[in-house]
Amino acid sequence: MYKIVRKKFLTPAIALMDVDAPRMAKSAKPGQFLIVRVHEKGERIPLTICDYNSEKGTVTIVTQVVGASSRRICNMEEGDSFTDFAGPLGQPSEFIHMSREELGAKRFLFVAGGLGTAPVYPQVKYLHSMGAKIDVIIGAKTKDMVIFEEEMGAVCDNLYICTDDGSYGRKGLVTQMLKELLDKGEEYDQAVAIGPMIMMKFVTLSAKEYNLPLIVSLNTLMVDGTGMCGACRVSVGDQVKFACVDGPEFDAYKVDFDEAMRRQGMYKSIEAEADHKCKIGLGN
Amino acid sequence: MKNKIPRVPVREQDPVARIGNFQEVCYGYNEQEAMLEASRCLDCKNPKCIVNCPVNIQIPQFLHEVEKGNFEEAARIIAMDSSLPAVCGRVCPQESQCEGACILGVKNEPVAIGKLERFVADWSREHGVRFTSKEPSNGFKVAVIGSGPAGIACATDLAKMGYDVTIFEALHEPGGVLQYGIPEFRLPKESVVKTEIDNVKALGVKIETNVVVGRTVTIDSLMDDEGFAAVFVGSGAGLPKFMGIPGENLNGVVSANEFLTRSNLMRAYDPDYETPIYVGKRVAVVGGGNVAMDAARTAKRLGAEVTVVYRRTEKELPARVEEVHHAKEEGIVFRMLTNPVMVLGDDKGWVRGLTCIKMELGEPDDSGRRSPKPLKGSDFDIETDVVIMSLGTSPNPLIANTTPGLETNRWSCLVADDYGVTTREGVFAGGDVVTGAATVILAMGAGRKAASAIDSYIKNKKG
Ligand SMILES: Cc1cc2nc3c(=O)[nH]c(=O)nc-3n(C[C@H](O)[C@H](O)[C@H](O)COP(=O)(O)OP(=O)(O)OC[C@H]3O[C@@H](n4cnc5c(N)ncnc54)[C@H](O)[C@@H]3O)c2cc1C
Ligand SMILES: Cc1cc2nc3c(=O)[nH]c(=O)nc-3n(C[C@H](O)[C@H](O)[C@H](O)COP(=O)(O)OP(=O)(O)OC[C@H]3O[C@@H](n4cnc5c(N)ncnc54)[C@H](O)[C@@H]3O)c2cc1C
Ligand code: SF4
Ligand code: SF4
Ligand code: FES
Repeated sequence: MYKIVRKKFLTPAIALMDVDAPRMAKSAKPGQFLIVRVHEKGERIPLTICDYNSEKGTVTIVTQVVGASSRRICNMEEGDSFTDFAGPLGQPSEFIHMSREELGAKRFLFVAGGLGTAPVYPQVKYLHSMGAKIDVIIGAKTKDMVIFEEEMGAVCDNLYICTDDGSYGRKGLVTQMLKELLDKGEEYDQAVAIGPMIMMKFVTLSAKEYNLPLIVSLNTLMVDGTGMCGACRVSVGDQVKFACVDGPEFDAYKVDFDEAMRRQGMYKSIEAEADHKCKIGLGN
Repeated sequence: MKNKIPRVPVREQDPVARIGNFQEVCYGYNEQEAMLEASRCLDCKNPKCIVNCPVNIQIPQFLHEVEKGNFEEAARIIAMDSSLPAVCGRVCPQESQCEGACILGVKNEPVAIGKLERFVADWSREHGVRFTSKEPSNGFKVAVIGSGPAGIACATDLAKMGYDVTIFEALHEPGGVLQYGIPEFRLPKESVVKTEIDNVKALGVKIETNVVVGRTVTIDSLMDDEGFAAVFVGSGAGLPKFMGIPGENLNGVVSANEFLTRSNLMRAYDPDYETPIYVGKRVAVVGGGNVAMDAARTAKRLGAEVTVVYRRTEKELPARVEEVHHAKEEGIVFRMLTNPVMVLGDDKGWVRGLTCIKMELGEPDDSGRRSPKPLKGSDFDIETDVVIMSLGTSPNPLIANTTPGLETNRWSCLVADDYGVTTREGVFAGGDVVTGAATVILAMGAGRKAASAIDSYIKNKKG
């Protein structure tokens, strides 16, 4: 059993938790994810590793309510335990293979959509600790949905926030902010976009106009998360990849987003039955 | 004359009833039936059955005890060579192993060795018979990766020899394919699989689930930081193959592994569990092995009309004869000499059909199998909502990729000799990860051989 040692709501529908998982805390790296099961009859739910502390032996997850299982996770309290908590899974971000010297000479741009801010955070934090220069764009629907603002501000050089309704930061989409920065002549060696599939698709289209190298993190459907089932397969270039073992991060320009979005909806009607109550969507 | 007694038929669930539930198809023998069936054995001087059992169970000896009603003694004899009799009695391809060689089979029907082995194992479980005697602890730690038949067998033997054994399992439930692959109606999870796992635990073996070796820990960290003197890799062959045909990523195309994992490991067939499964009205299963039969029969039970598409003829079906027979009884349609060339989708990206081509068998190839060749212009469409790809599996490369010095062959199987010795000192391997997808009994046998090799290795090295 894996005990929740800290819980707080970041927004009414997004909860952050530190979970006791010493083995995972020791081996986790930026870009990886884990699989959690709330109880004996629960689904296996993939979540990004949003932080880890090998001394305390804890791993941080941030969950947004989109359906029955994510609601169950968010309803867990401090002191409760998850039945299963497996990981770290997937490939770490490519930059962890680079030296401090290499990274120190590089400038990164992160584009985070909604909940995607949570998985962006450990990457920015890591790069910051390695001396890289980093700008971050956070996009959210409204002011209440902006998360990790303070934490992110502490580890990046420039933080740009935009909201769909203009209730906070700049009004507009992340793609507009992205274009503005690039039009202004800002230069980046590498960009990373994490958020809802549809947002990553449009960031990819925008970045392409500027030939900005871009990586995305795909949140496909998953079952085992270890390469055993193929539920997570995505078309990348002319190859079929398993997001759970070959990814979750891929070269954005090679990803077939339309197929990926369609595949994400495979169990939609069945899941909707399991969860009649009102839903706060991931934005896709 | 003994051999004039006909083979005692085994009671089974009626096909019409059983396609509406997931309970075990075969009820097995009761005591009287078992004693009568066992009495058919001729007690051959040169028992061919033993030679053809991959772990050489002393078959006539245990049959003799069953005949006399000494079931506990029969169990003891089986336990000398097998650690999973309740499983193997149910799922071994007996027709090509022990029973295939039984002398009675020449003129009549062979002794029902598998069903009798199962009877003895079930009887032992129901009567609380366990063989848990073990040597005193010797203080050495051994890590076993994977809790399938290979890992269970290896851990069992090592624990009995006094080793301190920990099994590391990636999934949340131990058992390997016995848990996630083979369905409840062939291998009950609670009564059979869980009991086998409990038996290993009763020997003091620790099982850590949710540990993905290569990610959560590595073989190096287990040996260098956690003090394991040796490691056994029994991680199976879990990576599914796809055909690479157009339309394979449409919604509604799944691997048999995904379909079976949802149904077995995640119990999606039970409405109390949360994992969804999608079957539509019509399901086409591509392939002809045990895995294909399991997927087809699971889909049937979930309410679909099911067609199995296989590119050779019935004679070449790699599945166990009993499973094919059961599948037919359950109303599953077989399309032989048929191979898919494309999955057809509707305008929303969901499967609506499968374009297939007719095949004919050519000349036998090097392996002696006649390879199928497509008949030009014979394309036709099958209407279906779901396509389940059951084309075989290969070992997951994760462990090999994260363990320096551990070599693989071109099928990405770990290189190991008959005793499980790999190219890396202190690391042993066996089961599907070495042979590619094979059988429970072979995996179990490999696990046991590796256990004795590990014992010699540690004793030699640490004296
Ligand atoms: C590698 C990876 C990392 C992830 N990281 C996080 C994270 O850090 N925090 C977090 O809250 N969520 C994350 N997700 C998504 C999370 O797994 C899903 O939101 C969750 O499985 C939904 O389960 P549910 O039962 O609540 O919703 P369901 O009832 O299953 O689905 C509700 C709606 O969400 C959609 N949906 C289902 N699964 C996914 C999915 N995998 N991605 C996007 N939409 C989905 C469905 O199509 C449906 O419209 C991640 C997914 C992956 C694959
Ligand atoms: C659907 C199906 C039906 C079958 N039917 C039959 C049958 O009727 N008769 C028969 O004899 N055989 C049958 N087989 C084949 C048989 O089940 C296998 O040959 C046998 O289970 C192999 O045993 P194993 O111990 O080598 O591997 P597995 O049973 O595959 O177990 C391997 C275990 O290792 C775990 N693992 C993998 N990687 C890691 C890692 N990195 N870290 C930790 N753990 C890991 C896996 O999760 C798994 O639990 C069938 C197989 C399938 C899939
Ligand atoms: S283990 Fe398999 S092959 Fe051996 S006797 Fe039992 S059923 Fe036959
Ligand atoms: S071959 Fe058949 S008859 Fe002969 S000993 Fe074996 S089971 Fe008995
Ligand atoms: S989730 Fe099963 S293979 Fe990726």
